Amino acid sequence: MHVVLSISAKRLALGLATLLAISLIVFFSVELLPGDLAEAVLGQGATPEAVAALRHELGLDRPAAVRYMAWVLDLLHGDLGRSLATGRSVAELVADRLGNTVVLALAAAAIAMPLGVGLGILSTVYRGRAFDRVASTASLAGISFPEFFTAYMLVAIFSVKLGWLPAVALVGTGESWLQRLVVLTLPALTLALAVVAYVLRMTRAAIVGVMAAPYIEMAQLKGISPVSIVIRHALPNALSPIINVVILNLAYLVVGVVVVEVVFVYPGLGQLLVDSVSKRDIPVVQACCIIFAATYVLLNLLADVLSVLSNPRLKRPRQQV
Amino acid sequence: MTIEQRVISMHPAVNREVILDIRGLEMEGFSGGSWHKIVHGLDLTLQRGEVLGLIGESGAGKSTVGLAAMGYARSGCRVTGGTVLFKGQDLLRMPAAERRRLRGLKIAYVAQSAAASFNPARRLMDQVIEVAVTRGGRSRDEAVRDAQDLFHRLALPNPETIGFRYPHEVSGGQLQRVMTAMAMACRPDIIIFDEPTTALDVTTQVEVLAAIRRIVEEFQTAAIYITHDLAVVAQLAHRIMVLRHGRLIEEAPTRVMLAHPQHEYTRSLWAVRKLAKDPEPRGDELLKVRGLLAHYGTVPVLEDVTVEVERGRTVAVVGESGSGKSTLARVITGLLKPASGEITFFGEQLPRAVKDRSKEQLRRLQMIHQSPDASLNPRHTVREVIGRPLEFYFGLSGQRREQRIVQLLDMIELSSKYLDRLPSALSGGQKQRVCIARALAANPELIICDEVTSALDQLVQEEILKLLLRLQGELSLSYLFITHDIATVKAIADRVVVMHKGRVVQQGTKAEVLTPPHPAYTKLLLSSVPDVDPDWLNRLLAARQPAVSSVAS
Repeated sequence: MHVVLSISAKRLALGLATLLAISLIVFFSVELLPGDLAEAVLGQGATPEAVAALRHELGLDRPAAVRYMAWVLDLLHGDLGRSLATGRSVAELVADRLGNTVVLALAAAAIAMPLGVGLGILSTVYRGRAFDRVASTASLAGISFPEFFTAYMLVAIFSVKLGWLPAVALVGTGESWLQRLVVLTLPALTLALAVVAYVLRMTRAAIVGVMAAPYIEMAQLKGISPVSIVIRHALPNALSPIINVVILNLAYLVVGVVVVEVVFVYPGLGQLLVDSVSKRDIPVVQACCIIFAATYVLLNLLADVLSVLSNPRLKRPRQQV
Repeated sequence: MTIEQRVISMHPAVNREVILDIRGLEMEGFSGGSWHKIVHGLDLTLQRGEVLGLIGESGAGKSTVGLAAMGYARSGCRVTGGTVLFKGQDLLRMPAAERRRLRGLKIAYVAQSAAASFNPARRLMDQVIEVAVTRGGRSRDEAVRDAQDLFHRLALPNPETIGFRYPHEVSGGQLQRVMTAMAMACRPDIIIFDEPTTALDVTTQVEVLAAIRRIVEEFQTAAIYITHDLAVVAQLAHRIMVLRHGRLIEEAPTRVMLAHPQHEYTRSLWAVRKLAKDPEPRGDELLKVRGLLAHYGTVPVLEDVTVEVERGRTVAVVGESGSGKSTLARVITGLLKPASGEITFFGEQLPRAVKDRSKEQLRRLQMIHQSPDASLNPRHTVREVIGRPLEFYFGLSGQRREQRIVQLLDMIELSSKYLDRLPSALSGGQKQRVCIARALAANPELIICDEVTSALDQLVQEEILKLLLRLQGELSLSYLFITHDIATVKAIADRVVVMHKGRVVQQGTKAEVLTPPHPAYTKLLLSSVPDVDPDWLNRLLAARQPAVSSVAS
């Protein structure tokens, strides 16, 4: 356990450093956006004096470096600032949306991960046979279609033609879990289809890579059944890459949902980001970016820790003699 | 547990039930784009409780035949004819599921490299008892207790707890015994041992051999013992079959075979053991290593090592794995920077790190590695391999380079038709020759040979050693020859350095080191080298009791 802790601590420190670097990039690339809130609020016809006055009021006329320091210090105190557009606290604004995005991501993951890993395992058991080829081709097709295309196809079939599921995923506060689930089905399915193929292919590749090892031949010579060989002998040695692809895709599900949220008008973080960019609501944009980055960093940390836990040689390094 | 003394009868088992009967076995292997015959109509019978030795050089088809005895063919191999009758049932013609049920339960397998053949992600115990629990009709508790009992019988340390470790936490010799316990777990009728001690040090080999022999005898298990080492098989087998190119060369009860080998090829299997270089008088000092100290991290791997090599002479460095002999080579070549000590070579002090050495210093000191497969780039032709140092050290190109390459090929007894071959189109011995030519291309003074013959068959070993001796005579080369094999030492050395746990425990002329009285470790090492004598192991075990436990641990 000692090893796991020390690795986690190291990765966490690295992660924080990464986040700091990202905060720099986020802040200054947002600076590069043409125009600012003052111009956006006052519109095309505003006099330069009025724009300057509003800028001064909002503190936008201070040097970028000063504003960056102030922002990071606030961030470290847990203060995400106030939305320039609405004046609401960014934390409040983001919290709701983040919750929605996470629910959607989890729903998609609940479909995609077991399906991807399961099909990947079956593909190895039946490798070279019809099942393997069909799964491989179908998953390739899944990767090839862009998400908005998949999304509109699903809407066309399930909402327009069959009328089973709503085309728009507007969620309020008063609905039951079941209603929410129904509403979430199509966006979750869209996301899942985009991800399942990666997970399947990576799982298959990881296990097949292990199947050439001498200990697999040993298992065959012990008369272990093919299914058992894949699940009990090969899979435990292929866990590390599988964990990594699962978690990387999980991160993608949180971060990469912008298109899908827009298509289904789902009130998640992606939508908020798109809205805020168009309104030049800089604090919200920055907060969203930092949250996305933190998601990646934390999930990767988790992947590293799980990889170590799955490998006895790392978990229990041989004592030096 | 003390090593129990047992003198097993070496007479062939007579008139017992025939448990395995292979008739007219024909097999093919896929190589170079087509199928070639690799086993030609082989017959083999095994009686209950009998140990059959299967011996031959690599490529003789020993492992292929051993696996065929389980009805198994590796990918790239196939059975094209014959029958494999196990208690009257043909393994080759029964349904796959039925054949699978026999494996592990009735016919078990012990692989060459236990370190690679145990699943690194699972605890040893889970693997040992897997078949007994899933198909042997035992409860987990029962199977665990039985496995612990087997560990005990196989003289494993901590038999109660060793099973709960992972493979990487256990040494190679111990893993090989755990694997034997795994094979024995269901008390099979037959165990196939596929070179189980080849990857082990001689000192460890003795322990494993003794353990295997004792347990096979105890349970009256029939076994096929595959090896390329006649001396090893002589200790266990009642009967020996010599294979070559997939054909039976000779078959006889062990004692008869050893006393009166009928076939020239069988006699050649002793080849290397007969080579012996006449030691030369002392020469001028070429390399001197003094007070070397080196660490891997905080672990000391060399302590106060002092070694000297003279011009035109061979110093053999012997010791088991972990003794620091390869580390010594890494330090001399500058790949590992020593913590202290000095290296004097060709009259000047060598910088410790390879990057600080001049081209001329690099040129004079070349190295040949154990595995030509690993040290040759698979995508470089022979011409590129040998041409590279010619360019690098002498700036040769075009016609002059080509001439020199052909000249070097000639020195290693290969013709110019090999120039455009890739390593994959060469045999193991040819590959090692190309590595020798690459070292020679630099016109070196000293060549460090790191176990250069260990991966090769006896016959090929002999050829390579003879080649190295001839080159030494012609070019007055010096060798620092790292090996764990005493027969090789006898064949090539003028002086011998014995290493143990990073220290030099003895050094002197070959005669001084190889003739008694020996320091304790040298004695253990020398006595562990098997003789081609079926009574060797019995005598050794009888003589050794206290020595093993005090020195080897």
